[in-house]
This record gives sequence, structure tokens and C-alpha cells, in this order.
Amino acid sequence: MIKKIFDATINYMQIMDENGNIDQQLFPKNLSDEQIIEMYKYMSLARAVDAKNLSLQRQGRAVTYAPLLGEEATQVGSAYAMRENDLFVPAFRQHALYMVKGLPLYKLFLVLKGYEDGFDAVDKPSKLNVLPEIVPVATQLPHAAGLAYAKKYSKDGSAVITYVGDGGTSEGDFYEAINFAGVFKLPLIIIIENNGWAISIPRKKQTAAGTLAQKAIAAGIPSIQVDGNDVIGVYKAVSDAVMNSKNGPTVIECITYRMGIHTTADDPTKYRPDADVEAWKPKDPILRLRKYLEAKGLWNQSKEQQMADQNSKLIDAAVDKAEAFVVNPKSMFENIYSYMPDVLKEEEDEAEASGFWQEGSVE
Amino acid sequence: MQMNIVSALNNALDLAMTENEKMVLLGEDIGTDGGVFRVTDGLLSKYGESRVIDTPLAESSIVGTAIGMAIGGLFPVPELQFAGFMYLSFSQIVNHVARYRARTRSAITLPMIIRTPVSGGVRTLEHHSESPEVEYAHIGGLIVVEPSNPYDAKGLMLAAAHGKDPVIFLEPTKLYRLFKQDIPENAYEVPIGKANVIKQGDDLTIITYGTMVEVVKNVVEKRKLSAEVVDLRTINPIDEKTIIESAKKTGRVMIVHEAPLSFGVGAEISARIAEKAIFELDAPIIRVAAPSLPYPLPGDEKFYVPNELKVSKAIDKLLSE
Ligand SMILES: Cc1ncc(C[n+]2csc(CCOP(=O)(O)OP(=O)(O)O)c2C)c(N)n1
Ligand SMILES: [Mg+2]
Repeated sequence: MIKKIFDATINYMQIMDENGNIDQQLFPKNLSDEQIIEMYKYMSLARAVDAKNLSLQRQGRAVTYAPLLGEEATQVGSAYAMRENDLFVPAFRQHALYMVKGLPLYKLFLVLKGYEDGFDAVDKPSKLNVLPEIVPVATQLPHAAGLAYAKKYSKDGSAVITYVGDGGTSEGDFYEAINFAGVFKLPLIIIIENNGWAISIPRKKQTAAGTLAQKAIAAGIPSIQVDGNDVIGVYKAVSDAVMNSKNGPTVIECITYRMGIHTTADDPTKYRPDADVEAWKPKDPILRLRKYLEAKGLWNQSKEQQMADQNSKLIDAAVDKAEAFVVNPKSMFENIYSYMPDVLKEEEDEAEASGFWQEGSVE
Repeated sequence: MQMNIVSALNNALDLAMTENEKMVLLGEDIGTDGGVFRVTDGLLSKYGESRVIDTPLAESSIVGTAIGMAIGGLFPVPELQFAGFMYLSFSQIVNHVARYRARTRSAITLPMIIRTPVSGGVRTLEHHSESPEVEYAHIGGLIVVEPSNPYDAKGLMLAAAHGKDPVIFLEPTKLYRLFKQDIPENAYEVPIGKANVIKQGDDLTIITYGTMVEVVKNVVEKRKLSAEVVDLRTINPIDEKTIIESAKKTGRVMIVHEAPLSFGVGAEISARIAEKAIFELDAPIIRVAAPSLPYPLPGDEKFYVPNELKVSKAIDKLLSE
């Protein structure tokens, strides 16, 4: 005997198309014009910060950097849909989250310059509720699941949102985390920021699965695929998941595109035809939202110019402040344990006394 | 109370969980089954399944979710069923447990106790007998402890539970039920970072820990040596002061461990003595350890793990120089 014992569907959602036209049926009723404008501003700020940091890196004033160009709607739409007390667990490309959550911009530039001091404000004291960026691919996902466990344990009703790339969904930690979240029905939202590429590996070579969203089926948790360049669609998918978070986790695959390099150490011309990138330009998330706002009479060129000027002032001030920062090498030693072990203290004292922290050369 | 290491650890966890309602245990088979070595026996029925969590069979996320729990204000105590399988969580431990405090300049800290049984001599399957202490001690940011008796097991566990740092808590499988000690019923701490001079002596110093403590003690007793025996108890941060003092006192030093010789704890201790006390030594330092190769299947283990004879011959050599 053979009978069907399991069946599943993955839905795709788009609310705002490439020309800024809206599917009225799906449009979230609680989303005001002001909020949409605010999301537009965050997306524009994120793009401006991104461009600035790329140029700093090219001048040797910032470390290796993973740009977010083209992925603004996925990051801002998802972050914006979360509530005040919800927690954020990013990967390494989600710089826009820090802007939405209000990390002082100069702190972000400190991190991008290579100083841990930028992340000294990420948690409780400032109530930012966003964790530092995590570089080992997908390893942040179990953290997010554990954090969601702690939140469920505390019964404070908050949820956790975390991010992973398309490549990251091949990692064991991805499967382990969604499996754990499913077993314990945790208030967790997993955003798969599918930008088509994992360095040089295209999405199709990452897995034979037709969608990444369907990976959630094996973990017994609901999932959906969304147009990740449609900020309204992303906002709605995440809002729905937040509403449902008391019942358990949701996986949301956002289809977007990495318009730029993987990181500043990468040259995509080696593996990716320019034509592919060109084809995605008309789908740009900021462009389409601007079309929508302008059609509704909510935005115009002079507002755009005003915002751009404001952003560059903000960014320049933040960069100046970050560049004025002088690190104390002792911070390296003094943030390892809750106390200073004798053996480590001796290493610190020796390093300081030897003078090698000062500029100089061997005579 | 007469206790072996298993009951001492069980008792310590019980006391710690009563004191701190944020403490949660998680791992494979730790709930209903009480852990494959029974260290967590009875705790599920006492504290409930939200605090004694039977996890899916997935080591990376046992540690990975513990990290998130700690960030979320809990005090997680993940158990890795065997040290040989703990490698599946190595990335989480090295890349995150050890670094989170540094990464955030202490804004986020990860108090937790990662427990696992270690070392061999129990004739079991492959991957159930590893001694991985240096692999964790080398990283920096992880406290690594390894008790050799029930008193220390309970006291170190409570010190870890009262601390704010991530602790790798290594439990020698062979010693779990080997002997009992009379230990206090109430909570007490054995200080982390402090070695224990378990026997004073003048002619030589033997520095050891874990499974080898019993072996060394037996040889010293049988041969009636005036040996100073140091049980490290904490591998990292190492108690250099106690080691150097004893080396200077006796002038002859031997280090004994079950883990392989090369790049081991013995090498670390030898280097520190060489740097700080070499001119006060009367003989070259000797290391006694397993050979520099992976733990064999049980058929060969008696030729692999250092035994009393191996230690005794090394003592002859050390005293003859
Ligand atoms: C565990 C791990 N393996 C490899 C790398 C090197 N690496 C950094 S990003 C990356 C690709 C990630 O692709 P994806 O998950 O799609 O995220 P994206 O970069 O597109 O945002 C790789 C291989 C890493 N950081 N961590
Ligand atoms: Mg990608």
C-alpha cells in the first residue's frame, strides 16, 4: 500500500511590485504613510552609510566590509516590523538593523574600523536589544534559538529575529537551530536573506531544494517566501510572524540580490556576468518605494535632496567621531574574564612595559 | 556525606539550581534518563522540563543555544554526552563562548558551565576516552577545570556556578564511581585557579590532574617517596605560583597527564618553569603522558594510558640525574 501521508506548499508574497503598485488586499492596515516614509529614510541612510564605508575601506580607513547594497528592504522592513522589546541577532551584513535600532552611528563606524568598542553598547545598558554582528556563517542561529528559549522562559512576551544568508542555510547550525526552535515552539523569526550568492556560489549550487523556505517544513515550522526588495511585503510577513510568535517560530525567505561585491576583498567579475546585476537594477527596493511614495504625493525631489544632505552631515560627523577614537590596548586583556588572572596580568604588564605598543621601529 | 564524583556533582547541581532559579541544564538524555552517567538524575522531577531540558541530538546547538540562553539572562549548564562528540560544538565554544565578552568589551558576558566526561581506562567505544583539556585551555577566555575527587568536584562546580565566566568542566569518567569521600552536605567552594598541594615533599615535585592523580598517589605511597604532589584542578588559568614555588623547593619536576605528550599541559608547565626557575633545578624536567597519537581502541588502551610502572620508571630517571 502507498498513500500520501504528508503534503506541503510554499507561498510567495509580493505586495508592492517593481513599479510601486500595491496589492491592496494584502497591504497591512496598520501601516501608516509616516511609517512607510520612515522605512524609506532608514533604507536610504543604510545605503548612504554603506557607500561611505566602502569608500573609507578603499582609502585604508576601514577594515574588510560586507556591503548591503540592494538588500535594504529585507533588512529595514523586517527590523521595522519588530516591537520595542524584541531582540535582534544579525549575521555580518545586516548593518541596517543597527540604524533602525538606534545604535549611535559612530559606534557602527568604530566596529567597521575594527574596534570592539563599537559593540560595547549593544545590549542591556542601552536597551538596544541587538547583538553584535557574527562572522562564522549561521553560527548565530543557535544563539537566537537559545535567546528565544530564555525569552519564553521569562514569559515577557517578546520575540527574537535572526538573519542568515542563502549560503548559510547549508550549514548544520541552520538546521540545528530551526529544529530546536520547532521542538520547543520558540518565539523566533528566521529571516533567510537570499541575495542569490554566497561569495561566488550561486543559489542553485547551494542546494537542490526548489526554495530555501521549504527547509522549514522538515523542522515542522511554517515558512513563506517574500519579495525581499518589497519593503511592504517583508514588513507584512514579519508582522504576521511576530503575531504568531507565541505559538512558535517562522522562517521567512526574502528574495533579494547582492548588487555589489561580497566583501571588499572580493572581485565578482570573476564569477558573475554584469548582465545579471543589470537585470536586477529595475527591481531596486529604494527605487520602487520612491515611485510609490511619489505617486501618492508623499515624496518629491526637494525632500530627497534635503534627506541626502542630512544623511551626509550625520555620516560625516559619525566618521569624524570614530576616527578620533584612540584604542587602549589594555582593553584586549581586560575583557576576557570577569577577573584578571595572575598569568594574564603578567602578560599585559610585560607587553606594556616592553614599549611595543608605541610606534617605533627596530634600530 | 559519603559521595562519589557522580553524586557529588549531582548534589552540587541540585544546590546551585535551588539557589539560582535562572540555572537551566540542557543536553542529550539528561532529563528522564538522568544523563548516561546519571549526573543529572532526579533533577528533572525536582525542577521541571523547562529547567532540565532534553535537547535534540545536536551538539553544536546544545552549546549554541546555551550561548543565547546566557545572553537572555539564564545560567545554562550544557552537558556534552562525551568529549569526543563535543568537537561538533567546538566552533561555538571557540568562536563564541570564548570570545563574546571580548567582542563586546564585557557588555555581554556568558556565565555557563559546559560539562563533559573525559579520559579513558574504561574499555569503551572509540571516541569515548579523549582528554581534550589543552584544546580548550589554549583558546583563552575559557576557564578549564578538572576535578580528581568528589570533594573537588562539588566545590569546583559550585565555584563555577557562582562565577561569571564560561567554564569547561571536565569529569574523568574512570573516577566517576571509583571511590567515595566524606564531603560536606552544604554548599562550599573550591577556588578556581588554585592548585592543590595534596602531599608535601622535598625530593621531587609531581604535577598532575584528573585520572593521573590516583596513579601518582599510589606510586608515591608504595615507594614512600618524599614527593610533593600537586593536583592542578584548574588547567586554565594555570596556577603558576604554586608550580614555581614547588619547583624551586624540590629542584626536580615531573608532570604527569593522560592526554598526549606533544603540545600538552606538561609542555606548558615545563616552559613556565624553564622561564622562571631553571637555575634552581637539579635535573631536566620530565613529562609522563600518553604517546602523541589519538586514543586507540580499547584493545590497546593499557599500553597507551600512563600507568604506575611508567610513572615509577620516570621517577627513577628524575632522581638519578
Ligand atoms: C562558517 C564559515 N564558513 C565560511 C566563511 C567565509 N564566508 C564568509 S561569508 C560567506 C558566504 C556567505 O553566504 P550567504 O550565507 O549567502 O551570506 P551573504 O554573504 O550572501 O550575505 C563565506 C563562505 C565564514 N565566514 N564562516
Ligand atoms: Mg547570500
